[in-house]
Amino acid sequence: MHWGWRFPSALQTMRTFYDGMADGQLLEATLGSLRRILIAFALSCAIGMTLGVLFARSRLLDETFGFVVVALQTVPSIAWLPFAIIWFGLNDFAVVFITTIGATWTMTIASRSGIKNIPPIYLKSAQMFGTGRGLRLFYQVMIPAAIPQLITGMRMAWAFAWRALVSGELIARGIGLGQMLEEGRSLGDTSLMLCIVLVIAILGTISDHLVFKRIEDRILLQYGLNTAKA
Amino acid sequence: MIRLEGVGKTFAQRGGAGYTALDDIAFEIGKGEFVSILGPSGCGKSTLLNLVAGLERADQGSVEANGKEVTSPGPDRIVVFQDHALYPWLTVLENVAFGLKQKGIKKKERRERAMEQIRAVHLGKFADRYPHELSGGMKQRVAIARALVMDPEILLMDEPFAALDEQTRLLLHKELEQIWLNTRKTVLFITHNIREAVTLSDRVLVMSTRPGRIKKEFRVQAARPRAPGDSVLHHIESQIMDTLAAELEKVAKEEYGDDYTLEKSPLSPSAAHNLGDGI
Repeated sequence: MHWGWRFPSALQTMRTFYDGMADGQLLEATLGSLRRILIAFALSCAIGMTLGVLFARSRLLDETFGFVVVALQTVPSIAWLPFAIIWFGLNDFAVVFITTIGATWTMTIASRSGIKNIPPIYLKSAQMFGTGRGLRLFYQVMIPAAIPQLITGMRMAWAFAWRALVSGELIARGIGLGQMLEEGRSLGDTSLMLCIVLVIAILGTISDHLVFKRIEDRILLQYGLNTAKA
Repeated sequence: MIRLEGVGKTFAQRGGAGYTALDDIAFEIGKGEFVSILGPSGCGKSTLLNLVAGLERADQGSVEANGKEVTSPGPDRIVVFQDHALYPWLTVLENVAFGLKQKGIKKKERRERAMEQIRAVHLGKFADRYPHELSGGMKQRVAIARALVMDPEILLMDEPFAALDEQTRLLLHKELEQIWLNTRKTVLFITHNIREAVTLSDRVLVMSTRPGRIKKEFRVQAARPRAPGDSVLHHIESQIMDTLAAELEKVAKEEYGDDYTLEKSPLSPSAAHNLGDGI
């Protein structure tokens, strides 16, 4: 049995990376995946925050649908792909759908607890200074007070979205990293496969470290929550 | 001014029977008066302040402030909380200007008026800092500035200096007295510190515990600004001490059991022990 081709060398992988970038295929796939994840992430943040706020403010909703959300979070989002294929077909939409689902529940739970954990004294004093109980209280006090937890929630949601995206793309059609990975398998091109895995890892690291961790650190420092470094 | 009549407040408790926190409280505070409410922990003095602030509702009786029945919190009655309650995401300046923003005052004027109050509490250099960068005493000064900038009729202070160290507290007593002499706000000050109550107030209302009632009222007729060595203050302080002794015993009995008695001896322990040997 020949094992050589199953384990690509570093040189092979780098050449594949270079070729892929040079003829634009790899770049196109990366941009395709990024486009999908950004759409899905934006959607899940919007839906998750809305649901989270509703759960935090309404006890009735929280005790009925809140429980369902916790149950849904335990379902790996790829489990929804068969449904998505039946509903939308094997296309872009199905992938965006399961990616959104993968991130939404985490975001919901994070924003729910973010709002619920606001010290009551913040809300009391806000009313004393005349914010009322409506929109002004919401965006001038509740949202900023919940920001540290919202950012942490977003960071987790982003990680979940990546996972859902790649697994979705492996199966569904459309230009993307997961699809290319699957092509690599059917061609037996392991260097391409490894190359894709590396691109996913690098993108994940960059987005987590350079975007989310930076924002999180800055927020924690501003809020005085970063006691270890401050 | 503030007027309370027959005010009662009961909290639901595990087991059904309600816990009476306040019972038949009645007092009046005139315009420009500085009144302290003094009592052991758990006597309901903070609840009393919350009623005046409108953060809680009374079960019986009526609470009136500035001639109107209190129904909700409002910018005419600003509370300075024990743990300052500054917003950590806003700078000192933004925190102080927060209430003005809600009033719809323009940014430039907001800034000027907030800065004026920040300078009045000697924090001009720290206007752009965030609350966590300040010490406890500085945070409490910001909270006072944030209250004063609203120009409220009534200033409600809920043990504002209880978490501070002794030196900072003495300094803030002086500053608060000065602010009060300049602005002549009506102040309701909650504390469990006898010295603090006597030093700052025109009148001290001593509360009894379980249920919370006004036990006795002391009028502090000493010259202002108050001097720490004033014998009038010391005299009232020891009178209040006697009034509170019974309350302290009640609290201790609740916590340690019925056999607890507060020992009282007219002689100092060392003098009693040496039979006056060293005199």
